[in-house]
Parts: sequence; structure tokens; C-alpha cells
Amino acid sequence: MNPGRVWEMVRKEFLQLFRDPRMWRVVFIAPVIQLLVFGYAVSTDIKETATFVVDHSGTRASRELVEAFTASGYFRVVGRSQRPADAVRALDREEALVGLVIPVDFAERLRDGRGAAVQLLLDGSQSNTATVAQGYAERIVQNFGVRHGGGAAPAVDLRERAWFNPSLASRNYNVPAVAGAIIFLVCLLLTALAVVREREIGTLEQLMVSPLTAAELIAGKTVPFAIIGLADVLLVTAAALFWFRVPLVGSLALLMFASLLFILSGLGIGLLISTVSKTQQEAFMTTFLVFMPTILLSGLMFPVSSMPELFQWLTLANPMRHYLEIVRGIFLKGAGVTAMWVQFLTLFALGAGVLGFAASRFRKQVG
Amino acid sequence: MTDAAPAIAVRGLGCRFGEIRAVEDVSFEVSPGELFGLVGPDGAGKTTLLRMLAGVLRPDGGDAQLYGVSVVRDPEGVKHEIAYMPQRFGLYTDLTVMENLDFYADLYGVPQAERRARLERLFHFSNLAPFGDRLAGALSGGMKQKLALSCALIHLPKILLLDEPTFGVDPISRRDLWLIVHEMVEEGVTAVVSTAYLDEAERFDRVALLHGGRVLALDTPARLQRGLSGEVLVIEVEAPRAARDLLVDHPKVRRVTLFGDKLHVTVASVASDGPAIERVLRDAGLSVHRAHKAEASLEDVFIERLAG
Repeated sequence: MNPGRVWEMVRKEFLQLFRDPRMWRVVFIAPVIQLLVFGYAVSTDIKETATFVVDHSGTRASRELVEAFTASGYFRVVGRSQRPADAVRALDREEALVGLVIPVDFAERLRDGRGAAVQLLLDGSQSNTATVAQGYAERIVQNFGVRHGGGAAPAVDLRERAWFNPSLASRNYNVPAVAGAIIFLVCLLLTALAVVREREIGTLEQLMVSPLTAAELIAGKTVPFAIIGLADVLLVTAAALFWFRVPLVGSLALLMFASLLFILSGLGIGLLISTVSKTQQEAFMTTFLVFMPTILLSGLMFPVSSMPELFQWLTLANPMRHYLEIVRGIFLKGAGVTAMWVQFLTLFALGAGVLGFAASRFRKQVG
Repeated sequence: MTDAAPAIAVRGLGCRFGEIRAVEDVSFEVSPGELFGLVGPDGAGKTTLLRMLAGVLRPDGGDAQLYGVSVVRDPEGVKHEIAYMPQRFGLYTDLTVMENLDFYADLYGVPQAERRARLERLFHFSNLAPFGDRLAGALSGGMKQKLALSCALIHLPKILLLDEPTFGVDPISRRDLWLIVHEMVEEGVTAVVSTAYLDEAERFDRVALLHGGRVLALDTPARLQRGLSGEVLVIEVEAPRAARDLLVDHPKVRRVTLFGDKLHVTVASVASDGPAIERVLRDAGLSVHRAHKAEASLEDVFIERLAG
């Protein structure tokens, strides 16, 4: 091996790589963005989780228990009632993630050393967050028991019940969400590459010399990947249902409809990427640059509720966030359009908006 | 050439890229069924001119009308009637020859009933028939150009705009390409072809010499050749470079150019000035192998015109 020749190759690669100023963006800025996102935006910790309290006891002991929860900073009381049904409704409406039900004999049993039971209700469709909340709750309760009891038997017994997704299986949470990630990548990448490839090999100009209109070209470039995207949804759903045995409580037709709306966003962003990329390599790198933050800030792996407030607002513009809420809602809760109409509407608005914008940019470039 | 309306009428067409005037104030007319040539060195503006005629590039001065349709006011209007084959015609390399042809036929709405006949004709001239199922990317350079031309012709355009169609193509395929073009022209198709090969330029009906974005000369090849002031004496001599340096300042020599290993010497009259020139060389000790009068080629004319 001749190190001199190797060095010449290395030098040439660097020359070529950085001749295009856009490569700086991808090579250096992408990791920085990811670092910021991981450092500030996403975390698996929970904080101020919405909690609904049903306190049948109403004694100083029960109030201290609730205070122990809120003082920890991990829980925040968003509602109180004397009726357990209200707690369930709060979970249903996603107004609360956790429900705390304290029985009427809580203080007496604690004092008598008989061991008091407290029920914790968790929204299992948010299984990642729910599991973390469960862990904190157990610790809080244990500390409370040690302070107030002191006997050999645990003073306070936490009974947990997960609403939806009773086993809190993380698979049920993750697998449907992966559908979103896959479809998004397919639509994004394939659309961008398809258009840029024509530009690269020179056929785009020929198409423009022919009677083909810009609108026809855009349709021709997006429809195939919409079809592939939908086919992928069916594939992933089939795998989820029959292989992973994830329950599908809601309507498949609604899932397909939501997927179609989501695909609009994927196609639109893919088309947009194609208008700023001159080569396929650039298109690929830019797709990657877009894809990573989209995934990280969508609630796929890290709950949106754990993000700093600024980022939570940002995620409203992320179509994947809304799609995942719909997908999990349909799979695990059997939710319908009435429960999730906001997400549907937002998904449609985002999709139509970005696709429309990308199309007009594209027309200006070829027209 | 006739009184009929021109197929293409160009008036004061111009285009500039920043500071560079790629095409400047170009005007000419092309009659229907004419084989019109654009000749010039690199950067003369041939490609820019063709792209403006094809409606791909917007002129920033003047106008061109193709069968009465203005490329400035109605660039979409001509698309069905013209075919534009750029220098780098992009074929779909991952589609077969037939798939490429079918795609272009679909794009231009060629009725299914007519496709067979048209394809057969195109195959007859291009010899592509045995390669119908081959991927376009696996074709040789010459065959790719023939396929590109076939794709351009499948919709029977009235006007053909070809940008250096024979660039880098082997001689056999070149001949095939010209056969196709000539056949089309004979059927009434108007063809505007740019080429850097001056030997090809001699087969055009009329030729326009472009340089620096302007038309230096426009006429039939024959008249252009006759327009050369003087006659050409071709000399094969030992040490041609030394010989050229010797003759360059000779009073009788209008121009001397090295053509490979021969000298093209332009003089007023070969008959009267030839012998004197040969004597100069012999006196310098350079033996002259051959000296004869030659027909002024377009290359000679071109070089003279370029020199100003």
C-alpha cells in the first residue's frame, strides 16, 4: 500500500464532497440538529402528567397522598370528582393519562396497620409513558407507606389497571406506529428520487418539450407512490395483526383513509425536496435530514407530552404526530372520527398545504 | 426558396446568460421541407438557438414563429408539431428499446393502429429491430442516438430540431442517422440540424455559420464555397510546420492553414501563384511531395470567415 496514493484519493474525495456547499449542511448540521433534539426535546421522563383524582376518603391522610404525587413534579391534578366514572371518562377523552382512586376507608386502614389499597388507572394506549408513570407512582406510594406505616407489611398497596392495552404491551404501542414511519419514508424518498432522477438523466426537459403538462407530470410522479404507500399500510397492518397479534379494535377502512391523508404530506414533502435537489445524492441526503427530526418529534419513540413546551407546539406542524395519534387510537382504542376529528382535519390541512406549495414551486421551475 | 409561407421565421432572436450574449439578433427563414444547417464552433450559440426554437428556453429579445405560432407568446402551441433532440438526449436506460418508443408514442398520443407501421419504418432505417427487447442503457452510442431519433420521430413532427445528432457516433450509425433525416426531409419535414462536423454541413440545403451568437454567413454550401475569395492550393510537404511559418508572410499568400499534415494555402489564383509558392519551399530545402488545386471546402470558408 502506497500511502501517498491513498492520500491523493482522500484529498480528491474531500474536494468532491465539499465542492457542493449543500454537503456541509448535511454532513455537519444534521448531527447538530439531532444532538439538540435529543438533548432538549425528547426524553422518556414524564413530568406533570395529567392526573384525575377520585378521593372517596377526604381525610388528611388521603390529601397527603395526593400531595405526595403532585409534589414529586411527575403528576399534576387536572380534575377531581367523587365518581370513578368521571376518571374513566377523563382517560377516554385523553384529558388525563392517570387516574388515582382512593377508597373511603383509606385513612382507617392505614392507621390500623391493615394496609390501605389505592387504585391507579393508566391509559394503556400510551404504554411507554404509562409504564414510566406506573414506576414513579409505585415509588411515591412506597415512600408514603414507609413514612406513615412502619410495619413489616407494605402500608399502601397500589393496584394498577391499564385502560386500553391492558397488558401495557409496548409492542402494541410501537408496531402500529412503525407503519407511519415506513409509509412516510417510502413516499418521501421515492417521490423525491423519481423526480430528481429525470432531471439528472435529462429526460425531464424532454417531457417538458412534449405535450405533457406540469400538472400531469406531478400526478404521474406522485400517484404510484401513493399506491405503494397504501399497499405498505396493508402489509404492515397484516403483519401487526397476524404475526405480532396486535389487536385492531377500530375500523380498517378508517385507518386506510387516515393513511391516505398522511400520504399526501409524504408526497408533498418529497416533491418539495425534489425542487431543491439537483442530484439524486442530494435528494437522498436532504430526505434524511428531514426524516430524522420528523421521526424524533412525532411521538413515535418519545412522548410529546414529555417535550418542552416549545417543541410540543412545533410538533403540531408534524403530520406524523397526528397520524400516530390516529393509528394508535384506531388500533388500541377503537376510536372513530368523532373522537379524532381534530387530527384528521389537521392531517388533511397539512397534506394539502405542503403538496399544493410543492406543486406550485415545481411548476415554476419547469414552466 | 418558394413563395410559400416559411416553416420557421426567426426575427432578431436573442438570449443572454448574465453578461454573455449567447445569441444576439439572429434572423433567418426556413422553408417547409428544407434541410437547414447550423454550423459553428463551441459556444457559437447553436444549442441556445435550437432550444429557443423548441420552446424550452425563453428568448429575451426578438421572436421565432414555427408555422405561424410564436415561441414567445405561445410556447405550448408548437409542441405537437415539433421534435427536439438535444445533444444529450436522455433515454430511459432502464427501459427497453420498445418500451422507450411506446412511451413517447403514448406521450404524443400516437394512435395504436398506426404504431406498427411507423415503428416498422423507423426500424427499417435504424436497424434497431433486432434490439427491441434490449435495455436502452446497453446500446452502443450510435444505436442510442438512432433510438433517440426514432423516439423523436414517432409522432411524425412537421419540424425537426436536432442538436449535434451525430456527435461521437460511429460512421455506420452516422450514415444511418442521415438516411433517416433525409428520408424525413423528402417527405416534407423541415429539419434544422446543428453540427460541428463540416463534412456533414456540405449536405444541407442551406447553411448558417454562427459565431459568437451571430450569423456570419447564410447560403447554400455551394455558394459559400464559391464565395471564398481566392483558390486553395493543397501542398503535401516535408516539415509542414516549418513550411507554414515560411509561407505565412509571403505576399501572394492570403492564408495558410495546417490541415493535419497538409497545408491549405489560399491564393488569388493557383495557376499563376502556385509555382512561385512551390519554388519558395524548394529553395528553403523543403521537398514538396504534392501540390494541387482543391475545391474550397466549407472548412476553408469557415476559417476565413472566422478570421474576420
